[in-house]
Amino acid sequence: MSHATAGHGYPHAKTLGDWIKRWVFTTNHKDIGTLYLLTSLLMFFVAGAMAMLIRMQLIHPGNRLLDPDFYNQMVTMHGLIMVFGVIMPAFVGLANWQLPLMIGAPDMALPRLNNWSFWLLPFAFIILGSTLFMNPAPNFGWTFYAPLSTTYGPPSTDYMIFAIHIMGLSSILGSINIIATLLNMRAGGMKLMDMPIFCWGWFITAFLLLGIMPVLAGTVTMMLTDRHFGTSFFNAAGGGDPLLFQHLFWFFGHPEVYVLILPAFGVISEIVPTFSRKRLFGRSIMIYAIGIIAFLSYIVWVHHMFTTGVPLAAELFFMYSTMLIAVPTGVKVFNWVTTMFRGSLTFETPMLFAIGFLFFFTIGGFSGLMLAIVPADFQYQDTYFVVAHFHYVLIPGSVFALMAGVYFWIPKWTGYMYNEKIGQWHFWLTVISFNITFFPMHFLGLAGMPRRIPDYALQFTDFNVIASIGAFIFGLAQLLFLYNVIYCIRGQGRKATDRVWEGARGLEWLTPSPVPYHTFTHSSEFEKGESH
Amino acid sequence: MKKCLLKITLMILMGFVAPVWAENLPRFNMTTGVTPISHQIYTLHMLIFAICVVIGIIVFSVLIYSLIEHRKSKGAVSADFHSSLSIEILWAVIPFIILVLMAIPATQVLMEMNDTAHPDINIKVTGYQWKWQYEYLDYGIKFFSNLSTPEDQRQSRAKKNQWYLLEVDHPLVVPINKKIRFLVTSNDVIHSWWVPALGIKRDAIPGFIYEAWASIEKPGIYRGQCAELCGINHGFMPIVVEAKTQEDFDKWRAENAPSTTATAPTAAAPMSQDALMSEGKELYNTTCSVCHKPDGSGMPPAFPALRGGKIATGATAGHIDIVLHGKPGTAMQAFGPQLTDEQIAAIITYERNSWGNNDQGKYGKAAGGIIQPAEIAKARNQ
Repeated sequence: MSHATAGHGYPHAKTLGDWIKRWVFTTNHKDIGTLYLLTSLLMFFVAGAMAMLIRMQLIHPGNRLLDPDFYNQMVTMHGLIMVFGVIMPAFVGLANWQLPLMIGAPDMALPRLNNWSFWLLPFAFIILGSTLFMNPAPNFGWTFYAPLSTTYGPPSTDYMIFAIHIMGLSSILGSINIIATLLNMRAGGMKLMDMPIFCWGWFITAFLLLGIMPVLAGTVTMMLTDRHFGTSFFNAAGGGDPLLFQHLFWFFGHPEVYVLILPAFGVISEIVPTFSRKRLFGRSIMIYAIGIIAFLSYIVWVHHMFTTGVPLAAELFFMYSTMLIAVPTGVKVFNWVTTMFRGSLTFETPMLFAIGFLFFFTIGGFSGLMLAIVPADFQYQDTYFVVAHFHYVLIPGSVFALMAGVYFWIPKWTGYMYNEKIGQWHFWLTVISFNITFFPMHFLGLAGMPRRIPDYALQFTDFNVIASIGAFIFGLAQLLFLYNVIYCIRGQGRKATDRVWEGARGLEWLTPSPVPYHTFTHSSEFEKGESH
Repeated sequence: MKKCLLKITLMILMGFVAPVWAENLPRFNMTTGVTPISHQIYTLHMLIFAICVVIGIIVFSVLIYSLIEHRKSKGAVSADFHSSLSIEILWAVIPFIILVLMAIPATQVLMEMNDTAHPDINIKVTGYQWKWQYEYLDYGIKFFSNLSTPEDQRQSRAKKNQWYLLEVDHPLVVPINKKIRFLVTSNDVIHSWWVPALGIKRDAIPGFIYEAWASIEKPGIYRGQCAELCGINHGFMPIVVEAKTQEDFDKWRAENAPSTTATAPTAAAPMSQDALMSEGKELYNTTCSVCHKPDGSGMPPAFPALRGGKIATGATAGHIDIVLHGKPGTAMQAFGPQLTDEQIAAIITYERNSWGNNDQGKYGKAAGGIIQPAEIAKARNQ
């Protein structure tokens, strides 16, 4: 490895105008990564606050805090923002910061496009958020099924459609940039298979996004023409079919959930070996597994629609293909566990979150397998069992991985360590309250509580009280994360070393801490085995 | 207390084996149900659950062992192994075989669920925002089933009864040990007709009819709810199925059979104001109050207020028109096909004379007024 050049730091802005110019016109991957991450952190608290309202409403039966219409709006916005405003941009933020550093590139391949990819987002979120002031806001769930969202949708639906168009554009541009960067900007000597797993996770995710985002854009455009221009794509009265909407939506929607998880697989594959002080077990198999999962994700979408009345042959095909996903996913979990086996483990906060990922994402995988069994799915579908399932994959899967990734790399970004004690508190409070919140939801669903209802029968009271209490603790615990992020940015902690972690491997750790504004400005060389 | 704790621990350890309605414990497993299909679903559910538990125990044991034994603080030094193709193949193939074994019974049950041939009774289930309509295709019986939990209980002004939000005015009555075929569809948006004890969840999709079937083993009352978000009152359209012996069912059928003589009431007799108002109030509270609220205040902007609203205080023709024909694209359905002339006349009279709507000084000359069934019949024919 050659030198990681310490480039020039960004000159401190003298006036507010300079400061605004820096952030608005920046083409630096580190600045844009920061913008993505801070935006998603803000949206995390916004959508989290909505979840708190939902749990407040459900803490006891009876009409309480929210009227049913506003409750539905909260359910819708919580889902839309968490998916499009939190997890996706946060992983793009990690990609922006890390991909060039990990492959020894000076920046992303298309820096101006990168700037535009980000700056589309705030406008999309403002448009989406503005619907909250157009009583009623979208109130049909984040899946916005027709005809509830078309013939029966409120006027604000059009704003949601436009926001989704813009977010989709941003994702497509971001994906093109990531693919171009990883294909063209690798350090000399780094073959594709030598790329760190985090890069591989994003490489495959970018192709998924390119495949599905145009489908979503097309779907919402069809909604728009159904609503305003007299078409009947989703309207049976005009010769269309409401189920067509669900097919199109889930053809986007299922790969989308892998968009939310494949980069997380990458993060975990960096962190587990680092704190086990041992190479990742079955590195190439791990890469192939991501590829197989991505391929399978395209051919399982009907498992969201088993109760709609699709033909038996379709139910069988999609049951088998869905069950098949358990194989590569299982292989990944086995490989992570084997990586830790006979390692030399330490438990800093990033590793704790990674272990939390291993335990609870696996439980989410199990309930996913149960949901794949079509006859049983007839009882699970649209109940709290599903709510429990997807929160078990999205929180320990995506959110824990994001937290782990930030704790892992923030010392490199800021040059200062986070507060380990606060980090440990954050982890334990999060993981315990997460389980208090979502584990009882399995029971609620099995006992027959449908999802998306603002009030419920008395038999569901006990577990709902428990879930609500857990949710409030979970929400408060995230303030510790905010504290730690600010703690690092303000440089209150110990100075970070260049390598930061004893077991760290990879080009990013060869740069100084904090990482200079410009890195790898001269062509660099990569030697095999430098990354996990 | 101690006994209770022990019980919980035991059940969690045993993978909550029994579908318990234990005295103090809330239900936390799937129902075994009362149909052959629901039993098989339950068995599949427990089987796949047990498989997951076993795999989970193995994986988590290795993980926990490493967490305890292989920590640096205990002086663990990391080993150097980092790949083994044979192990990778092994732990891809074993899960694959387990999945195949799991898929076989699942496929069998699924094929049985789809076999709706040779039914004894056909019932058409239609979802409306926010109630269900049941139509016995073989007997000509047809009625709506509305939530019957009083508003006071929902607003916590009265004590909630045992079947809060799970009770209806007219349950679906079916005989036991007969193959009942349900034809499920919707009048407006997508709903989902779900009765856990019957092992049926079938989405109600406007413009399409999909089937499901059940053969109920024992008499009883089985409750369910709409499972697909269908608008504001999605949480308030429960399903109650009352399964009776053939004998009791026949009795019920005879009582509810449509009268063969007077199908089309020709000359609708005028009704007194009191009769209209009292029948109107009753009907309003089952049919209209879910959206427009018992006090006529509605839930603006989705559901306009009737108290002092333009339609309920304006010209009668407009009022009759919207009740008969609805407002397309909204939850305001066309009630013309759902209700008789007398019923519609009663509801409109009630709406026009309640909550101060008949105050002509305030709302003008058109306010108030008694609407007779004959006027509805006339409006229908226009």
